[in-house]
Amino acid sequence: MRLLEYQGKELFDQYAIRIPKACLAHNVDEGKEAAARLGYPVVLKSQLMVGGRGKAGAILKCKTEMEMVSKFNELMYKEIKGEIPRGILVEETVDLKNELYLSLFLNRSKRTYSLIASAEGGMEIENVENKIIIDIPINGLSLQNAEDVARKIGLTGNTLIAFTDFTMKLSNLVNEKEAELAEINPVGILYDGSLVALDAKVIIDDNAMFRHPELKKYEQIPELQAQAEQSGFSLVELDGNIAIIGNGAGLVMSTLDMVSDAGGKAGSFLDFGGRATTETIYEALKVISKIKKIDGILVNLFGGIVKTNLVALAILEAYKNKVIGVPLFARISGAESEKAKEILKGSQAKLYDTVEEAICAVVKEVSK
Amino acid sequence: MSEDFDIFDILIGKESDKDYKKKPIIIQGITGSYGSTHTRLMKAYGSNIVAGVTPGKEGQNFEGTPVYNSVSKAVKTSGAKISGVFVPANFFLDAAKEALDNGIKLLIAIPEHIPIKDSIKILEYAQVQGAKIIGPNTPGVIVPEIMKVGIMPVQPFKAGNVVVLSRSGTLMYEVSYILTRAGYGQKLCIGIGGDPINGTNLVEAFNMVSDREDVESIVVVGEIGGDSEEQLADYLLRTKFAKPVVAYIAGRFAPKEKRMGHAGAIIYGNYGSADSKVSNFAKADVPVAKRPSDIPELLSKKLGD
Repeated sequence: MRLLEYQGKELFDQYAIRIPKACLAHNVDEGKEAAARLGYPVVLKSQLMVGGRGKAGAILKCKTEMEMVSKFNELMYKEIKGEIPRGILVEETVDLKNELYLSLFLNRSKRTYSLIASAEGGMEIENVENKIIIDIPINGLSLQNAEDVARKIGLTGNTLIAFTDFTMKLSNLVNEKEAELAEINPVGILYDGSLVALDAKVIIDDNAMFRHPELKKYEQIPELQAQAEQSGFSLVELDGNIAIIGNGAGLVMSTLDMVSDAGGKAGSFLDFGGRATTETIYEALKVISKIKKIDGILVNLFGGIVKTNLVALAILEAYKNKVIGVPLFARISGAESEKAKEILKGSQAKLYDTVEEAICAVVKEVSK
Repeated sequence: MSEDFDIFDILIGKESDKDYKKKPIIIQGITGSYGSTHTRLMKAYGSNIVAGVTPGKEGQNFEGTPVYNSVSKAVKTSGAKISGVFVPANFFLDAAKEALDNGIKLLIAIPEHIPIKDSIKILEYAQVQGAKIIGPNTPGVIVPEIMKVGIMPVQPFKAGNVVVLSRSGTLMYEVSYILTRAGYGQKLCIGIGGDPINGTNLVEAFNMVSDREDVESIVVVGEIGGDSEEQLADYLLRTKFAKPVVAYIAGRFAPKEKRMGHAGAIIYGNYGSADSKVSNFAKADVPVAKRPSDIPELLSKKLGD
């Protein structure tokens, strides 16, 4: 689960990592009130999941209330990279001497947590040459480790102490909240040498959410996706008009690639998972039916864990009850697949022996 | 990493062993619906399931297989070194620890949705104990026509000399089925798992099998997310590995920053992208199939058939 900036900053605040004074506003009146309280100038920050907000014009500085009102309205309704903001963070401005970078993240290749720090903050860390990367021992970062890092990026005096403190607190946050990533970019250095977290990017491990009821309030899953998850499926909505359904993430990804290679455009990715039954597959077709732009459904099933004859029954039922109306093209192989073919004979669903044939047919159908 | 870990030795043993191809296996979570269904299927395939563990159910038996409260008892009565774990994700860490504490040397972790922190913890623990973990979120392992520990259907697999290493479950079945139909049977298929943290990653799995004389070639089924394919490509380059290796990568058209079904299948920036994996394999002279059905042809070319 990726947290929005203001949510990440709420966590920072709980861990006593200093953040600028700010207030989340959902309409211009709330915005005015917040800005008046903070005092001008203020910064308006669109609350979006996407990165590169600065460049995309999603962060704007305002000197007066008039400016604030017009910019607030601009941001509130501005779609950036396909995303509508979930509120505007109205934040005090701070005078900075310099900017640093700090993050802790799950290092997949090393199968441990790592830390990255740099004296060059405010840029994408991939493009920064001078950075320190260290692994974090299983029992946590020691004060000595944290201080060494601060020294290595060239900090001294108050700033060294403050950065060490930030690092330790962020490490506790990552450990206790089971984050895959906690990034502060930039960490602002004020003129008195103290530090403030100007941005927050926090990703919580979805699989650990059952241990964190306190983070539930941040969960904002799109309705369709939530419905799919409730049935044990994974759904990713895409831009095209072919709904792709299959059992197994890898298989559905592979089908998505082949559809794209054949000139088709996938409108959704839906992985049944291993334990689908007639009822849950029927649910899946219901989910798909709610995606407006779908002109054809492609089912790629490799039987075995899933009994393919059950899938066939569900498809038949979905047509009968008018849950789905668009043509469906299926490749069903593996356990009980002969039975499945028998069941679907004479229905609006067309069965093929290979996925390539099914893809060819669905791409042709939707480009009619 | 213990380089001398011979997975075949653990799974089927040596010809001189009294229990050759009949190595004892325990199933943790044997009485659950998932555990019981698959225990039945594993036994039917020839796996020597000798005991099951479900706390509170000692004294019962599952279709002739005794059930115990603890791993310690299940191992003591059977001498098993392999455990198939079918417990729910929130019980996994404790169940796996118990297994490793009691002499299990190969733990096949089937459940999905295990927290990353638990995976890291159990991995550290396994290293200390000199044990190996396959998974989590894996379909398991199969030695075709001999035994399996996992949830895979058996129809796709046939005995032979190819090793299949796959991050995806269904694609492991699909690719093996394609190989089988093209006349390439499999020596062993290992499901690496779809999580961000793999108990045995691609390089380690590769190491477990690559030096054996009866392994002729290796097919790697990768997907977007992480960099284990890149690590393997780099390893092949460095070691100038001579046997034929062919790969397939799923997710060339997956959008960035979206989790594609598997917890581990997510691209951040260029990290984890299919492009990065394909180009690294190309550097290591590993042909990457555009679709699963192209694998046999690439393999045939590599083998010089």
